[in-house]
Amino acid sequence: MVVVQVIVGGLLLGAVYALFSSGLTLIWGMMNFINFAHGEFVMLGMYVALLVVLWAGGGPAVFGIAAALALFTLGVGIYAALIRHVLRGPMLAQILSSFGLALLLRYTAFWIFSANFVSLPQTSLAGTLNIGGIFLPIAQLVAGVAAVTLTIGLHLLLTRTTIGSRLLAVAEDRTAAMLMGIRPDRMQALAWGLSAGAAGVAGALLATAYPWSPSVGETFGLVAFVVVALGGFGSVLGSLYAGLIVGLIQAVSAFWLGAIYKDIVVYGLFVALLWLRPQGLMGKA
Amino acid sequence: MSSTPGPGLTLARVRGTVGWGLFAAALLLYPIVFADAFYRDIGVTFLLAAISASAWNILGGYAGQVSVGHSMFFGLGAYPPLLLYTLFGWSPLVGVPLGILLSIALAMAIGMPTFRLTGHYFSMATIAVAELIRIFVSTWAFVGGAIGLQGPATARGWWDVTFRSELPYYYLFLAVLALVLAVTAVIERRRFGFYLRAIKASERAARSLGVPVRQTKMKALVLSATFTSVAGSLYALKTGFIDPDSGFGILVSVQMVIVAALGGAGMLFGPLLGALILIPLQTATNTWFGGSGSGLTYILYGGIIVLIARFEPGGLFELWHRLAPRRWRGGDAA
Repeated sequence: MVVVQVIVGGLLLGAVYALFSSGLTLIWGMMNFINFAHGEFVMLGMYVALLVVLWAGGGPAVFGIAAALALFTLGVGIYAALIRHVLRGPMLAQILSSFGLALLLRYTAFWIFSANFVSLPQTSLAGTLNIGGIFLPIAQLVAGVAAVTLTIGLHLLLTRTTIGSRLLAVAEDRTAAMLMGIRPDRMQALAWGLSAGAAGVAGALLATAYPWSPSVGETFGLVAFVVVALGGFGSVLGSLYAGLIVGLIQAVSAFWLGAIYKDIVVYGLFVALLWLRPQGLMGKA
Repeated sequence: MSSTPGPGLTLARVRGTVGWGLFAAALLLYPIVFADAFYRDIGVTFLLAAISASAWNILGGYAGQVSVGHSMFFGLGAYPPLLLYTLFGWSPLVGVPLGILLSIALAMAIGMPTFRLTGHYFSMATIAVAELIRIFVSTWAFVGGAIGLQGPATARGWWDVTFRSELPYYYLFLAVLALVLAVTAVIERRRFGFYLRAIKASERAARSLGVPVRQTKMKALVLSATFTSVAGSLYALKTGFIDPDSGFGILVSVQMVIVAALGGAGMLFGPLLGALILIPLQTATNTWFGGSGSGLTYILYGGIIVLIARFEPGGLFELWHRLAPRRWRGGDAA
């Protein structure tokens, strides 16, 4: 029974991994740009949730939407002020830009919120469900289900709507898209907004179930790399499967080997993946 | 870039040589003029930052392979001296070549798979390997776990390289810096240096012109790892203490990248200029803001990195070359 509980817990956390990783993979696939600050977006989403609950109150729907909007705006702003200018610059500038951004956001958060762990005050999601002997915190259950729904929603947005086609058209061929009357800059700004927004909601969902500090951004950033490397660069659906797998592996290795080894197993898997399949498990050569 | 004078003695070239000669003299005299331990310590920190960033520069600057996990080599250089001392009471010096060997072995291991990765992918792979090693080391009690290792508290002889004064460290570090820069200067002029810059400009074009891309990148990585490992050893010898964060932490890698990029990545004296600006700045924020200063330092680092990326990816040397009136430029670092 304990094993079942570990597996279910891992899958629920993995669903949230899938949600924020789908944001990373969107930027990666569309612009061939790796955002080293993506984990920091998740971290900021958690603090937005905290601030909204403390100052305005409201349930998960309220602070979840607030985190999504706040991070969407931040993502668009960062694209307009920084990323747009470095995208066609030298490789060094691209790497430095998001890497510097990660440091800036992480240590500003340390400066403002201190290194102490915080958690949301009791929300309406407190409590535990008992389903046939498996104990599930309601917060985790809600976070997992919401994350899967949103990830599938993002996938549908990209594959079934006009906006999605335009985004993919820009990813495919910028110049051709421009000739079709699509404004690449707007689409790329939108992609950054969606990417950061997905990370923000994921952060708000995580905040309901887990305590955190500003340093979680680094951990989540690396988790997102692993998920994207496993699921394929640019594939939201791939991220969904890979996120669930990574969450499962983490939970099981934490259970069998001890909590400190769960990150070693995941990063080890990542390095092994890069070693054997540098183009991603499902990527093209 | 600027009008590089041909062979022969031009006024600009003489002026450049005199300028660098004066700078070298200033480095030699600094700890004697500023005899206070505080200033000497800044000097030593500056030299160490310049050494590590120059080592990073060979791969990240010249070859354009931006590693953000170079702390893996720094830590591999820093741990063995103190580990051999802790285990057997050996002189920390014995650990220095061991660190180099380990770093070369790691460089070759990650070089093979990750060099098929280019650009961002390479950066991401290096960050993951460094982080993996850091977590692994902090769970491994044999190498001190999360607590770390300590060196000799008092010297049993010169071979313990444990001095009360900063002065011996200063000149030791200065000698190593001179060696790294000399090797880089030689590389710059050799065919190998041209290969590196060709790869940076376009890997595909370089390959089609017959540049042995894989071997060249591997050589650059091994050379860069070797010097980074030495920098790590020097750090361990001087501080007599190492833990997973100060050896393998991401901020160790960050400092190498930012020091080199601020001055000018892929330029001989870029890392020197970067360290000359950043280390006093870092000391100042730490002094003014006390314990919380280190956090502020990294906000500052992040801000500077973003600004470099956005406005001047070539670093300050390139900015100088663009802005300075022609007659001031001389033939220095073109």
